[in-house]
Amino acid sequence: MTAAISVVGVSRRHRDHLALDAVSLQVEAGSITGLLGRNGAGKTTLMRIIAAQDFASAGEVRVMGADPVEDDAVLRRIVLVREDQIYPRYVRVWQLLRMASWCYPNWSQELAETLLRDFDLPAGRRVERLSRGMRSALGIVIGLAARTEVTLFDEPYAGLDAVARDRFYDRLLTEYTERPRAMILSTHLIDEIAGLLERVVVLHRGRVVLDAPTDDLRGSASIVSGPALAVDQFVAGRRTWDRRRIGSQASAIVVGPVTEVDAARARSLRLEVEALTLQQVVVRTAAERDASAEERTSA
Amino acid sequence: MLDESTPIFVQIADRLADEIADGVLAEGQRVPSTNELSAYYRINPATAAKGINVLTDSGVLEKRRGIGMFVAAGARGRLLQERRRRFVERFVDPLVAEASRLGITSEELLTLVDRASHARGGAAV
Repeated sequence: MTAAISVVGVSRRHRDHLALDAVSLQVEAGSITGLLGRNGAGKTTLMRIIAAQDFASAGEVRVMGADPVEDDAVLRRIVLVREDQIYPRYVRVWQLLRMASWCYPNWSQELAETLLRDFDLPAGRRVERLSRGMRSALGIVIGLAARTEVTLFDEPYAGLDAVARDRFYDRLLTEYTERPRAMILSTHLIDEIAGLLERVVVLHRGRVVLDAPTDDLRGSASIVSGPALAVDQFVAGRRTWDRRRIGSQASAIVVGPVTEVDAARARSLRLEVEALTLQQVVVRTAAERDASAEERTSA
Repeated sequence: MLDESTPIFVQIADRLADEIADGVLAEGQRVPSTNELSAYYRINPATAAKGINVLTDSGVLEKRRGIGMFVAAGARGRLLQERRRRFVERFVDPLVAEASRLGITSEELLTLVDRASHARGGAAV
């Protein structure tokens, strides 16, 4: 398969700050990738560069095989929905959708209208008078109705409640199933969308610290807790993260799969074993990266 | 609906296999499509397809072109055989281990199992 999005060794320098440091990633046509990481990790910068709204200081970006910068034909195949999207002030919702339809050749007005109803968006209202949640919903409507081969959602749900987010995930999945496209979703609500993601890329301080199929990460680390002696015995010889102890009780995260034999052993040691959620795996990966960096500097 | 410890495609395959082994899905019956599974579990269609593929590769499901996926003939028997093997690993071995730790002898254990079985109306003991 060919990559719809190919990022190779991309760096972005803002004066003396390196927002992206030699980032590489590939997103295949018809696949959903989660771009995860803390605020300031570089997620938005990377998505903006892919959509040619910002420019790499070094490295190469290809979208559908072409450099998107100033290439109108390529740009019409990319939609980027941002959390803090700025819209023209006096425009009404229906007018904004009309404008969007001029930009995107595969635009579906029918879908846009269905989605407006799904998210209770008043077509006649001025965009500047929409609530935060409504504005997010409007971004989602445009992002999905554009039906571009490359669809980028950068934290698209500010102000959306759980019900509206659920609706977003459902509509996104339906649309994606009918018309697969290369998608990147950046989010902090990782566990809500974990099932949608085929691949996960974690950025940390401008670098890729994890790039793996989501299914490989399930069960890739587990938290073991119980009597301290038993925990010590169980984790002996295994890689661990975040070992804690209080009185006679302890817990540790073991890295690597827990087999049925391991699980039986844990039970016989009276230990509880629980797999980390994707969100926890992502958080720990970043934290461990910082811890090992600290060790190197103090050594 | 899904748990964190195993890959989703494995869980999808396991659940369908369970339904077939339990006879909920009969041999020759159509199973949910990739898209139906994807919408129901809210998972990527590629992941659902991977789960289905596990079962087609092992001959539990068969594809009928243009119609869908169906439970293959003889699938239930094969799945039950596999389950019996796993039953020993998952239940009998830990049962015996815990019994020995509590000082329960084999005879006592058999009596206990017998009694529990009678209470349920007498299963296969």
